[in-house]
Amino acid sequence: MRRDAERTGVFTRRALLLMGGQVAILGALSARLYQVQVEDGARYTTLANENRISARMIAPPRGRILDRFGAVIAGSSTNWRAVLVAEQANNVPATLDAFSALLPLNEYERARIDRELHRRRKFIPVLIREFLTWDEMAAIEVNAPDLPGIVVDAGTSREYPFGNKLAHIVGYVAPPNESDVADDPLLGLPGLRLGRAGMEKYHDLGLRGRAGSVQLEVNAVGRVIRELDRLEGVQGEDVGLTLDAGLQQSVLTTLGDESASAVVMDCRNGEVLAMATNPSFDPSVFNSGVSQAQWLEWTRDRRTPLINKATSGLYAPGSTFKMAVALAALEAGTLSPGDHIGCPGYLDLGDTRFHCWRKGGHGTLDLRGGLKNSCDVFFYEVARRTGIDHIAAMANRLGLGTELELDLPGQRSGLIPTREWRMAKGHPWNVGDTIVSGIGQGYIQVTPLQLATYASRIASGRMVQPHLTRKLAGALQPGSEPEDWPVLGMPEKLLHAVREGMWAVVNEAGGTAPLAKLADPGVQLAGKTGSAQVRRVSRELRESGHFDSQKLPWEYRPHALFVAFAPYDAPRYALAVVIEHGNAGAAAAAPMAHDIMTEVLKRDPGNRTEPPSAQVAEVRS
Amino acid sequence: MDRRLWREPSFDFVAKVLQINWIYVALLCCLAGVGYVALYSAAGGSPEPYAARHAMRFAFGVVIMLAIGLVDIRIIQKLAWPAYIGCVGLLVMVLRMGHVGKGAQRWLDLGGLQLQPSEMMKLALVLALASWFHRASWERMGNPLFLIPPLIAVLIPVGLILKEPNLGTAAITAMLGGAIFFAAGVRWWKFLLVVLPIPLLGQFAYAHLHDYQRARIDTFMHPESDPLGAGYNIIQSKIALGSGGMWGKGFLQGTQGHLDFLPEKQTDFIFTMIGEEFGLVGGLAVMGLLTLIIVGAMLIALRCRHQFGRLVALGIGCNFFLYVFVNIAMVMGVIPVGGVPLPLVSHGGSAMLTVMVGFGILMSVHVHRDVEFAALRDDR
Repeated sequence: MRRDAERTGVFTRRALLLMGGQVAILGALSARLYQVQVEDGARYTTLANENRISARMIAPPRGRILDRFGAVIAGSSTNWRAVLVAEQANNVPATLDAFSALLPLNEYERARIDRELHRRRKFIPVLIREFLTWDEMAAIEVNAPDLPGIVVDAGTSREYPFGNKLAHIVGYVAPPNESDVADDPLLGLPGLRLGRAGMEKYHDLGLRGRAGSVQLEVNAVGRVIRELDRLEGVQGEDVGLTLDAGLQQSVLTTLGDESASAVVMDCRNGEVLAMATNPSFDPSVFNSGVSQAQWLEWTRDRRTPLINKATSGLYAPGSTFKMAVALAALEAGTLSPGDHIGCPGYLDLGDTRFHCWRKGGHGTLDLRGGLKNSCDVFFYEVARRTGIDHIAAMANRLGLGTELELDLPGQRSGLIPTREWRMAKGHPWNVGDTIVSGIGQGYIQVTPLQLATYASRIASGRMVQPHLTRKLAGALQPGSEPEDWPVLGMPEKLLHAVREGMWAVVNEAGGTAPLAKLADPGVQLAGKTGSAQVRRVSRELRESGHFDSQKLPWEYRPHALFVAFAPYDAPRYALAVVIEHGNAGAAAAAPMAHDIMTEVLKRDPGNRTEPPSAQVAEVRS
Repeated sequence: MDRRLWREPSFDFVAKVLQINWIYVALLCCLAGVGYVALYSAAGGSPEPYAARHAMRFAFGVVIMLAIGLVDIRIIQKLAWPAYIGCVGLLVMVLRMGHVGKGAQRWLDLGGLQLQPSEMMKLALVLALASWFHRASWERMGNPLFLIPPLIAVLIPVGLILKEPNLGTAAITAMLGGAIFFAAGVRWWKFLLVVLPIPLLGQFAYAHLHDYQRARIDTFMHPESDPLGAGYNIIQSKIALGSGGMWGKGFLQGTQGHLDFLPEKQTDFIFTMIGEEFGLVGGLAVMGLLTLIIVGAMLIALRCRHQFGRLVALGIGCNFFLYVFVNIAMVMGVIPVGGVPLPLVSHGGSAMLTVMVGFGILMSVHVHRDVEFAALRDDR
């Protein structure tokens, strides 16, 4: 038994050693547990929360765009969509086939759906079809048992109740592209649209609003378990425009089928009441994507429906420029209202002869007569005396050929030529250039908006800037009062002389624009015609006596222009009408100016707080 | 001498039942209770499908344990070598027709009953080695020739398990055999002969490992290098433990577990689940309970009067320790993930049964700690 005792002793020692070792190892594991759970606890807690909490943004409703009376120009409407939740469908292809039997899906759509189904997790809905009509929704709901996984839900889409009537001003929204999303993660939200043009673009940040966020608890595969916290977003703010949507419609009706543009402004404060461009496009098309065919049709149309002619169309002002020449001369002292100049029908400069539009000439004229008859020779001579420097400075001051502070992207500044500009092109300025500029031809290019601003400044004597934004989030913006704008700084007497000439154009016998005369004798319109050549007319053709612009191909006919303001004795509204290739301002543009101004004065949007129809309704009730 | 003879006759059924170490049984019940709570939580606050079945299996296991505990240790000793040979046969069967899971053949499907023979092999090996060394005196232990048969008895199952391939269990089996050799009194320097070449063997083995095993070791070394791939389990387990903090997130409140970030939470990562919901306090409490069970097994070994019982109890204690160590070290990212459950806590029937059979044998050692064996052969 001695040997047994020896063996037992060895066992006891070694068993205790093993036991000690095991306890020590368990102790070390406990220390490790302490390290992981307590010392590194904060770090791992953060990681655990990162695992389970998924912050998602909620798209705020986009702000509305309203006209000056609150009519909705751009709003959001419910967009019924069919989506497919793959995990609720037993057999995805079968469901899609069944759907396709109701509402056919083309190959392109099928490919997109398959791609998205493949990429996303099974519980994330995939868009099948947007903009469902009532009938389509009914068809889906009735056949719901055959369409497992198909769910109809409501998204929002941008709606433009006035369609193409305000398209160029309102602009449009479109899905953001990848670089936009990189700048602002909010834009990555499904269904979110970004302002791409017009007011939608200019006021995009305000209209977008602030995103809300929701903290969701998600599991390892990303399924939402519950909502932990929610921060409501701020709805995009409404933008109130200066426009009168009713007036805009009426102006467009007046323009008819012409490729034309008309701008109506409140001449005292620069509010743009109507800015019509014909033809136009339907902005809501951009919401869902523009087809190739539609795009080609737009871009190939020589009447350029996508271009806002009011701000981007460049035209020689023609005779409408004569007030600028006159004011430049009056201010420079090279002409006084009583000065007389003889018109024999032409002006010779060296061996170049500049013709008056009237063969045989106008005889002797003062400023009033020069404007009333739109005598070219009178203004050739005035321009020659005054020089291009004064004329260009005055034109710019009156808003021509200069960038206006319009709150609409995509405006062009046009051109008033100067000596420096000509030198930069490699030619010296010569007097002939000045003479041609005197009747608004040559290098001069202006936009209809500039012409309306020009008429406003002549009428009001203030440096008003055209603007479209009247209210932001319900608050009136600065610029709605005449006192917000600086005065032109020109003696009232000189302005009056020019205005009187414009009055005579319309209201005096022998004026060039009798067609613009208003029916109501108590309210008089003052204006000026213009016909701008788009192609030089050769002397031979002119002298042959067979020249008739009506017989030219459409694109070579002169543009017809008219600028006006009313009422003459207390100017309130200014307008400019440009009809592309409309031949003669007096014949084509003046009657439209008459119709538009009649409607403007009837509606009188500058003095109202509600549209006329609403007032009528109020009276009735 | 007289004392031993005096004890034997009065050893009837009732005495045996009274001799059962009820404190130890209570400790095991506590551990199984922890498992019930954790599995209840792992199922999202429901006894189905894990906790209720766990309780039933444990109840069945307790019956088995008590039944084996009443079997005379001398009968168990006689069955040691037959059991060993039977288990080796099962291991061979696994290699021939075993169910392939995770790239290795580990499970044997016997008419619906799934067996993992490598687990039973460890118990049988403990019994066989204890039986062999039971006969050996201290002097005889010094004879190298005497050590060759038991060494072969260790290498055969280790080799078969390696071939499944199941590296972790093979290593545990080898260490278990080593522990019994050590306790039986094999000289220190002989262990050095085995331990020293291990680094070289390790390099050789790494070159011949299966891809998934190599990936496991690689991701253990650099878990953050592949956070969504093979390192995912370790990272998520550490996040779960760490976010539990000192006091835990509360019962049923563990986010990592309940939101499925934690993989295999009802089996391998059950300890993580406990650590997340009950914090360091809960984790240490479970560790304490496990320590008591391990130390208890060692105390039973020390109190036993015969070498066979001593070695068996020590072997069963060591086996349990190795399970616990590998599992807990794994979930804390101390050793590579090994697919070893936490005994009596993790969900899983086969492992529970094997463990309870082991504790039954341990109980038999305790009940029969003073029985008289045939004399040492050396003494004859």
